[in-house]
Amino acid sequence: MSILSVQNVSVSYDKVEAVRDVSLSIDEGRIVTVIGPNGAGKTTLMLAIIGLLRSKGNIYYHGESLSRFDVEDRVGRGLCLVPERRELFHDMSVFDNLLLGGYGLRDRSRLKSNMEKVFDRFPRLRERSKQLAGTLSGGERQMLALGRALMSDPKLLLLDEPSLGLAPLIVREIFKTIASLREAGVSILLVEQNARAALETADYGYVLETGEIVQSGPAADLIRDDKLIETYLGGR
Amino acid sequence: MTSDIAAILGIDGIATGAIYILVAIGTVLIFTVTRVIFIPFGDIAAFTALTLAALDMGQVPGTIGLVAVLACIAATMEVFGLVRRQEFRKIPIALLYYLVLPLLIVLAVWALIPLAPPLPVRIAMALILIMPISPLLDRIVFRPVADGSVLLLLIISVALHFALVGLGLLFFGPEGVRTEPLTSMSIDIGGIMISGQNILILVAAIAFSGGLLLFFDFTLIGKALRATAINRTGARLMGIRPTRAGTVAYLLGSLMAGVSGVLIAPVNTIFYDSGFLLGLKAFVGAIIGGLASYPGTALGALFVGVLESFASFYNSAFKDVIVFSLLIPILLWRSFTVIHSEEESEE
Ligand SMILES: Nc1ncnc2c1ncn2[C@@H]1O[C@H](COP(=O)(O)OP(=O)(O)O)[C@@H](O)[C@H]1O
Ligand SMILES: [Mg+2]
Repeated sequence: MSILSVQNVSVSYDKVEAVRDVSLSIDEGRIVTVIGPNGAGKTTLMLAIIGLLRSKGNIYYHGESLSRFDVEDRVGRGLCLVPERRELFHDMSVFDNLLLGGYGLRDRSRLKSNMEKVFDRFPRLRERSKQLAGTLSGGERQMLALGRALMSDPKLLLLDEPSLGLAPLIVREIFKTIASLREAGVSILLVEQNARAALETADYGYVLETGEIVQSGPAADLIRDDKLIETYLGGR
Repeated sequence: MTSDIAAILGIDGIATGAIYILVAIGTVLIFTVTRVIFIPFGDIAAFTALTLAALDMGQVPGTIGLVAVLACIAATMEVFGLVRRQEFRKIPIALLYYLVLPLLIVLAVWALIPLAPPLPVRIAMALILIMPISPLLDRIVFRPVADGSVLLLLIISVALHFALVGLGLLFFGPEGVRTEPLTSMSIDIGGIMISGQNILILVAAIAFSGGLLLFFDFTLIGKALRATAINRTGARLMGIRPTRAGTVAYLLGSLMAGVSGVLIAPVNTIFYDSGFLLGLKAFVGAIIGGLASYPGTALGALFVGVLESFASFYNSAFKDVIVFSLLIPILLWRSFTVIHSEEESEE
């Protein structure tokens, strides 16, 4: 059964429809990616799923409609968005940022053990735990955004362009982390412009263009698709 | 002016400033968490003084009726909103927070009055009775327009202040009150007498501002409040409800304003409308701190207090005129820099 099922969802900014009649689904424990050019509506779709934007259509999570739940309710049910803008608490320490990631944990003793797990995953954050988030480098910020999301034991992680603006070496590290999260049983919806890295990591992929899904299939097939290689994967 | 007089004026000014600090810090707290410039904290302080005075005389304070009425309105609005959004499962919790808890407080205070409890208990009763007012007003007045501009929220805030003055007249009547002194001792430092009242004011200002800092640094809720102030969207994505953070901020701000009301009541005669100047001067202190920095706000509020003290020495009838005239250039300068940094933080 799918953990998330998006059915005929449309999202508008005032009059402009940025996402049109999009349907997709994610099976539990899988990584699904949505690739597409800048302005295709990827971020808009993510914001609608987490509830920051109103949408038409239906979104089901574990078979339950999310329409009556606001952002905080959805977060409380195990959805977690790592937004494109990161939205870190810049004037607070790395440690406090992580701590707030676990704000919704029923069992407060998990705060400590989750923090240890995040620090083991990203040793750089442990070294910098007292540093203010606003003074981190781009790669460290992304690690913090990911680590903060992991603090809440998410069941479905929504990642909006985790590789945006990062050096190739760090991009590889981030994608390695994403792949390892699947091993830990987290389902992931991954939005990327870096189509090749995304398809190499994901199980299934959708292509979004000007607000509409134009193609979909197993990631292994998409990565060999001639048209996609031409437009998104930078030739052979 | 001799140095002795200057010292006395300085101490008085610092004590006055300490009162403003309590209200100003609440103002900054509310603004950073909710973007509302909450003018009525001065009224909350005045209402606390009026409540305490009534309790001193063994009477039922008007606050009891005020809280009960506000709780009924807020609960009705909340339940209607939930029914319209078909969020029925949230109704019991809403009733608990908006109706049952405030009414329990009202009943508890009401039941204690005939027992003529001692002064510390009466102060606690006044404070706990005053604390629900701002969160309830937040629910009734600000929550429906929470996404409005800062200017719109400010205009509503000013209107709310005038509404509260009217309600104050209705619930407390036109008489002024002065509560019994909290202490009559005084100490002599280097030939200058410092009243126990002034010392108490200073200690309270330090204790409550320090307590707030500790709350921010060492509790998860305190950190959640700061997070909401720094980045609302980020906080929501962590499951922190801005409305709930706002409620906690209003409760804390009310407590600080209430304490300031308890502290000025023995030295100033307080009327139902005495809150305005207090709130305005605290607001000026908060503006000097850029509506963002707590240390800056504390310094600003102290500065206003000292300025007022010296102004009243030269011409007591015109002290407020002198204070506000001298402050206009500072306010102009600060308002430009504040607006500037607000725009910058938009990214
Ligand atoms: N806040 C907004 N107001 C109006 N239009 C917007 C807003 N945000 C995005 N858009 C428009 O919606 C479309 C999709 O944007 P977005 O979801 O950010 O795309 P992507 O994440 O794929 O780059 C774009 O045409 C963009 O200009
Ligand atoms: Mg985007």
